[in-house]
This record gives sequence, structure tokens and C-alpha cells, in this order.
Amino acid sequence: MEPVVSIRATMAPLPRADIDTDQIMPKQFLKRVERTGYGEFLFHDWRRTPDGELDPNFVLNKPEYQDAGVLVTGRNFGGGSSREHAPWGLQDWGFRAIIAPSFADIFRTNCTKIGLLPVELSPKEVIWLTELAQHRPEAAVVIDLTDQTVTAEGFSSTFEIDGFVKHRLLHGLDDIEITLQRAEGIAEFEGQRPGYLPVLG
Amino acid sequence: MTAPKTMFDKVWDTHVVHRAPGEPDLLYVDLHLVHEVTSPQAFAGLRLAGRRVRRPDLTLATIDHGVPTTDRHLGISDPLSKTQIDALVRSCEEFGITLFDIGDARQGIVHVIGPEQGISQPGMTIVCGDSHTATHGAFGALAFGVGTSEVEHVLATQTLPYGKPKSMAVTVTGSLPPGITAKDVILGIIARIGVAGGVGHVIEYRGDTIRSLSMAGRMTVCNMSIEGGARAGMIAPDETTFAYLEGRPYAPRGPDWDAAIQAWQALPTDQDATFDTEVHIEAADLVPYVSWGTNPAQTVPITATVPSPDLFDDPHDRESTDRALRYMGLKPGMPITDIALDRVFIGSCTNARIEDLREAARIVAGKKVHASIGAMVVPGSGLVKLQAEEEGLDEIFRDAGFEWREAGCSMCLGMNPDILAPGERCASTSNRNFEGRQGKGGRTHLVSPVMAAAAAIAGHFVDVREWEA
Repeated sequence: MEPVVSIRATMAPLPRADIDTDQIMPKQFLKRVERTGYGEFLFHDWRRTPDGELDPNFVLNKPEYQDAGVLVTGRNFGGGSSREHAPWGLQDWGFRAIIAPSFADIFRTNCTKIGLLPVELSPKEVIWLTELAQHRPEAAVVIDLTDQTVTAEGFSSTFEIDGFVKHRLLHGLDDIEITLQRAEGIAEFEGQRPGYLPVLG
Repeated sequence: MTAPKTMFDKVWDTHVVHRAPGEPDLLYVDLHLVHEVTSPQAFAGLRLAGRRVRRPDLTLATIDHGVPTTDRHLGISDPLSKTQIDALVRSCEEFGITLFDIGDARQGIVHVIGPEQGISQPGMTIVCGDSHTATHGAFGALAFGVGTSEVEHVLATQTLPYGKPKSMAVTVTGSLPPGITAKDVILGIIARIGVAGGVGHVIEYRGDTIRSLSMAGRMTVCNMSIEGGARAGMIAPDETTFAYLEGRPYAPRGPDWDAAIQAWQALPTDQDATFDTEVHIEAADLVPYVSWGTNPAQTVPITATVPSPDLFDDPHDRESTDRALRYMGLKPGMPITDIALDRVFIGSCTNARIEDLREAARIVAGKKVHASIGAMVVPGSGLVKLQAEEEGLDEIFRDAGFEWREAGCSMCLGMNPDILAPGERCASTSNRNFEGRQGKGGRTHLVSPVMAAAAAIAGHFVDVREWEA
């Protein structure tokens, strides 16, 4: 995972509540065995008209948002299916952070595992940034993970993030590597598990 | 004397491998369930890093999401699904993981086969790269869905770093009125708490209504915890749980059984334990629910009408209601019983167990599926299918005009050939009515198995309470 320290990027506004992972990455793209290349399928069914053409009215199809690196969206973003293909798609498209009033649990965890930063701001602040992105697509936002701040022209706020998640993101640490250092403790735990627990094979 | 604990606390505390200030607890995973869709990149990650699967003996794989439910002898026609399924078969061989493959009677939906085999037991921690893993919480296990990075982590270490969620008690009391099923219990709960009401929480479902449910009913309730946003759902183990487990292939035997029972009986929440959040629901207030919108909280009683966006104060709710009505092709004020259907799907990890099929068969016995409807039954596992055939349920469904299929996730998410055409309207016993969930442009209404069965006969939604009268 690449370290995440500071992000400076323009924003794409998608002000809808409860966007589920079926919308972010529809199921027909979950059959691939690769981890990359999902960007072109991001919001597939919303990006296209019923006859399969790109819908010029959808935010990610507008020329002014092609270089956006931050998605600004509604409450409870990423609910439903645990598919990590959703954050893979967002990251592959070019997003490095998502700003929303709240996130679904599994989605938030999946994002932090791959270095895609979920940033929770108040509903009012999210509306403010949404309107900025709508009226001035060229306006940049700066997200500083060290200070936990979000700033834009005329805007400044702070956000909360779990201390350990922050540490991992700042240093781009691999979870598995950290846990493997506890191998002795895991083995010790295994030696004390009750004998009635089920075993396969 | 130790402080009183919730069942969730007890299961959590007995699985902490490592605890340090400022870090998430490192939890041991007793059972890791694997399927073809969320695992290939995890196995690839292991190979890339030269890592092994730490405990293949605590890992069980099956094929469910992409598997066809008809003409299995023809093989898998979709080349992408075939590649994905072949990848899982190869990974299981390479890493020594037990696989219930196509052709094995034990193959089926991952959340149906674990309980069926007696592998999902009280007090265990169970994870799977699937959001409906909470199903196994019906046994008093702490079971939750994870993403592919976490699947890889569990494969490599048999543990997961996890920040402890908050606890929520959802207490349901009183006798369930006739015609009201476990599905209506959970749809009623989600209607109350909303799709994000459980975020950050593990729910314990409590109360005499919950205790009166069969294991199948309890699994239906826990299954949809994620639809209320919760990390997991749990129900305390009791005699119903023990009777269900006893004698199943992977359940403990002999002295192990006695030791297990003793441990399981200590699991229920202590009398004075408290929860971070509490919700109380009267069973007498529950009705048969039908979803009208595009999230699982957008439901109304069968006796109601399609709601108007004007009913909502929050502008986001108004906007999402308006959007959902347009997607669903519904007008405010329309009686739910006037909604005509094209398809009926009885299946999924929510409602494809033998008990679900028995209830649905009782409704359709001796009747015919309405001429305008294509209806199908997809058993949750190969063993559910065999049991149903032994009981003659397949004949009841076939005689009524239902298609009788092979086991899998099928039209719950349409990753196999079973999908809705654009605009088609379906009464479904599954768990999600998101836009495009059952096929692009498809319109899903979530209901219980008896409501789906009755709708298949009538051609539109009907109040199953009157149907039975």
C-alpha cells in the first residue's frame, strides 16, 4: 500500500444518500480475478443510458470532473455488499479520498486497507464542499492526514480517524506483515483453543 | 465478581490474541468460509508474497455466487465465471482447503452449508468475504463479512485486527401473529432502525419472540443484520440451537459434546449487562411487509399504499423516495396489493432452507402459478434440494408451475444466468432490492416465502393472512 499523507485534488460531487456497493461496482464486473482495471466499470449503470451510451449528464462523464481525485457524496456511502471491488474501482478511476457525512462499516474498512481515505465531515460541511465542486469544478481541496484537516478556499475543518488506521495509512504499512510479527502469540492462542471446536479435512 | 457481560463481549474476549493500547484487538478466527467471487485476489496476494494458508483445516470453500442453477451437466457457459470457479478449485488444491465443489451434494450457498454441516457453532468467530455472514450469528457465534484484503489476512494469519464495535439489543416480545414470519420480523426491525441504524454495532436479537423462532427463522433474522447497517447479528444459543446441532457431521460428539454444551450454556448475556443502544419491538405490531423502494428499509405493510415523497421531512429522504419510485415504476397512493408481478424468486441465503420451502409449498399446493408469472425455487444447498425432493416438495412446486432449480445464490444477485430483464418486476425472498441487484433495470420487492408464494399464484401481492383464512 502506498502511504497516504496529504492529498491535493479537485472534487467530483455526487450528492446522493445511501449509495450501495451494487451501484458503485455492479455485479457483472465481480467475475474478474484481477485486482486492477475496475475504474472503467465504476458506477457503470449510472454512467450509461439504457442503450449503453455514456450519459453526458452523469458527473463522472463531464469533462470538468475527469481529473477529480476526491469524491464528495451523501450519508451512509458504501452500504450493502462487502465487495472490495467497489473501493478498487474508485481508486482505479483516480479517487484518493472520499468525503461524506458517514460510511458503511465494511466499505470504510476496505478503503483503509488499500489506501483510499474515507473522510467524515458534518452534513453541512459536505453540502458546502458539494456546492463548491458543482460551481467551481477547478477548486482544489487539501486533505492532510497528519493534521486531520480538510481545507479549500474559504473552507477549513478537521476530521476524526482511528489512530492505528492513521498510522498504517501514513506509513503505507501492510496489515499482514504486522500480524505475522505476532506469530508466536497466535500459536500460543491456538494451543489453548477448546478441543470440541470443528476442524475440516 | 466480574462485571456482567453481553454474549458479544464474551465471544469477543475469548478470541483476543493480542491487545495493546492504541491498536485494534487481534481476533482469532475459528472458521473462515470462502467462495469464488471475493477470494481469487486474496489467493493471488498470498502467492505473490510467498505466504501459505495458516489453517486450511479451519477454512471451508464452496461455489455459490456464479454457479448456474440449471443444466449443470452442460458445464459453465460464462467464460468469466468459469475462470473464477476454476481459480477457486485450483487454489483449494494448492493450499489444501476443503471444497464443496459443484457435483458434491453438500455444495450450496455458503451461509446455508455452514449451519447445515454443523460447522457453525455457538461462541465461535466466523468470517467470510460476504456481507451476509451474520447469518451464522443465529447460533450465538460472532460472524461478520469482510473484504478481500481481510480474506487474505485471515488466510495468512487466521486472525483479524478489528476495532470492537458497539452493542445493540433489539428485543422483540410477544407471540407472532398468524402469517407473520421471521422475514417480517427482520424487515420490521430494519424499517424501524433504517439502513444505517446498526452501523458500528453488533446486534443481539432478544426476547421471547426471537426465542420462539426455529433455527431457520433465527438465521433469516441474523442474515439481514447488514441491511440495517450492523456489523453482525447474534442470538443466544438455547435448547433449539443444541437440538439443531446434535448429530450434524461437524458437531462435537461424546465427551466433546458435553464440554461444548457446558461452554455454550455460559454464553448468553448476563442479567445485568447493558447495551450501548436498545430497541424494543412488539410482535403484535408486526405485519407482512413488502418493499416498495430500492433499499431494504423502504418497506410498508401489505395493507398500505405506495408512499409519497411528501411524507418525508428530510430533503435527502424526499429525493431518494422520488428516485426510488421512478426506478420502481410506482405511483404514490397505489395499493401494494395492486402491484402486478412478472417473476417470483424463492431462494437466497435469507430464505432457501428446507423450512422456507415447506412454508412456500404449503401455500402453492394444488394451485397454479398465475399465467403472467415466471416463478422459480432455488434451494439453498444440494442437501436442502435432496431433502425437499424426499418430502415431495419439488413435485408440489413443479405441479404448480414453478421451476425447480439446483442450489446457489442465483437471482438474489444475478451473477449467474438467472437475472431479471429491464423493467421486470419480481417478488423475491432475498435480502436486497438495490437498483439493478437482480439484473439491470429489474425491480425487486422483498417479501417472506409465504408472501412470495401467494403472489406467484395471484399474479400480484396479496395479504397472506387472508389467504390462509
